[in-house]
Amino acid sequence: MIPLLQVEGLSKFYGHHLGCADVNFTLWPGEVMGIVGESGSGKSTLLNCLAGHMAPDTGRVMFDTRDLGPRDTLAMSEPERRWLARTDWAFVHQNPRDGLRMNVSAGGNVGDRLMAVGARHYGDIRAQASDWLGRVEIDAGRIDERPRAFSGGMQQRLQIARNLVTGPRLVFMDEPTGGLDVSVQARLLDLLRGLVQRLGLSAVIVTHDLAVVRLLADRLMVMKDGHVVEEGLTDQVLDDPQHAYTQLLVSSVLQV
Amino acid sequence: MIEISGVGKRFVLHNQGGVVLPVMEGATLSVWPGECVALVGASGAGKSTLMRMIWGNYRCDQGSIRVAGVELCGAEPRDVIALRRDRLGYVSQFLRVIPRVPTLRVVAEPLLAQGMAEPEALERARALLARLNIPRRLWSLSPTTFSGGEQQRVNIARGFILDWPVMLLDEPTASLDAANRAVVLDLIAEAKARGAAILGIFHDADARAAVCDREVDVTGFTPARDLSA
Repeated sequence: MIPLLQVEGLSKFYGHHLGCADVNFTLWPGEVMGIVGESGSGKSTLLNCLAGHMAPDTGRVMFDTRDLGPRDTLAMSEPERRWLARTDWAFVHQNPRDGLRMNVSAGGNVGDRLMAVGARHYGDIRAQASDWLGRVEIDAGRIDERPRAFSGGMQQRLQIARNLVTGPRLVFMDEPTGGLDVSVQARLLDLLRGLVQRLGLSAVIVTHDLAVVRLLADRLMVMKDGHVVEEGLTDQVLDDPQHAYTQLLVSSVLQV
Repeated sequence: MIEISGVGKRFVLHNQGGVVLPVMEGATLSVWPGECVALVGASGAGKSTLMRMIWGNYRCDQGSIRVAGVELCGAEPRDVIALRRDRLGYVSQFLRVIPRVPTLRVVAEPLLAQGMAEPEALERARALLARLNIPRRLWSLSPTTFSGGEQQRVNIARGFILDWPVMLLDEPTASLDAANRAVVLDLIAEAKARGAAILGIFHDADARAAVCDREVDVTGFTPARDLSA
């Protein structure tokens, strides 16, 4: 088996300030990896470098492309990378407004991504959009409404539908449940886990919520001040943390 | 199927002045197919620690733990994930589930993860829940609101839904009434009969006597502690 994503020596500096330093990991098909750490630890910088939103200063990001096998996405041309972002990759933003077109209907938001990869038949696009709204538990009767009319949780589910409709193999998520009510969060977690399992997706999820990674991620990476301080199996890192910072993080979680 | 030799573990508490707690030393035992072995020893002697090291959520510092041919000391996450999906089952004391997921799905999940078709997986889950006397009206609800005994039985159903070659049981009969306890003991006996290697913690001495072939006292693996420190 070939790894889906192989990251070697990835570093990013903001001037003299460190974003993230010397990150290495291998993600296998079907694996879900969580990245945790406090704000400013470099986890979002890392995610943005992986997804091609930001150019790292050093390192390689090898992705196993469908047609040509493993390729360094940082060395790709901009159109190639954009094509990857529309097909095999998906990016779920913390704020759905960053990932949705707010002036376009719900159906349009989902259909938009299909059209970007060449779908042209209106009936088919609408049928697929309606199918995906159903999968993320949005009433198909609201297909023509704009996301503005939706609640925060619904907007987040719409963003997920928009991202997954083209059948990506790798999904990047930046705090996908941040800013949502706990009841809405639970529903989204259940939905995400079901989709990841059924579609056999690989995912990299950035969050500061340890309960979220416990339920969603197979593996975990802990970041502090731009460095990866610990990584391993999710329940091993959470139940038997080795690094001082991870111990502090785990023991700081409030019990309900 | 389970082979443990010379296993040691210590906890280092970095945020409490770097205190080092040795909790296990020279642990050695093996469990063969078709056999049920009980871990015994006083509370705090390290029974659960050893179970967790075999499940892989505790790291092993020293020695070797081989489960169904996989070395767990220093294993890559993906090897442990594959082991848990295909060969190693675990009935823990606590049920940890995503809120809102119906009981039937919680129980069927290990089958679905192995790629079984949904109708068949759900059918098996129904049969096992019925056998464990979970009322049918609860099957479509999330187990988060269930009583302790009901949650424990859901946990057992999830653990026994698959014919794992190796099983870890942490107090499987705790908080169960006599009738359900008998069902669980039958499940364990059936697993043994089909050749599963089982390692368990049973505080209930009658249950232990009924299904276990041997006992291993973990007190021998507890390092001598300097109590004055």
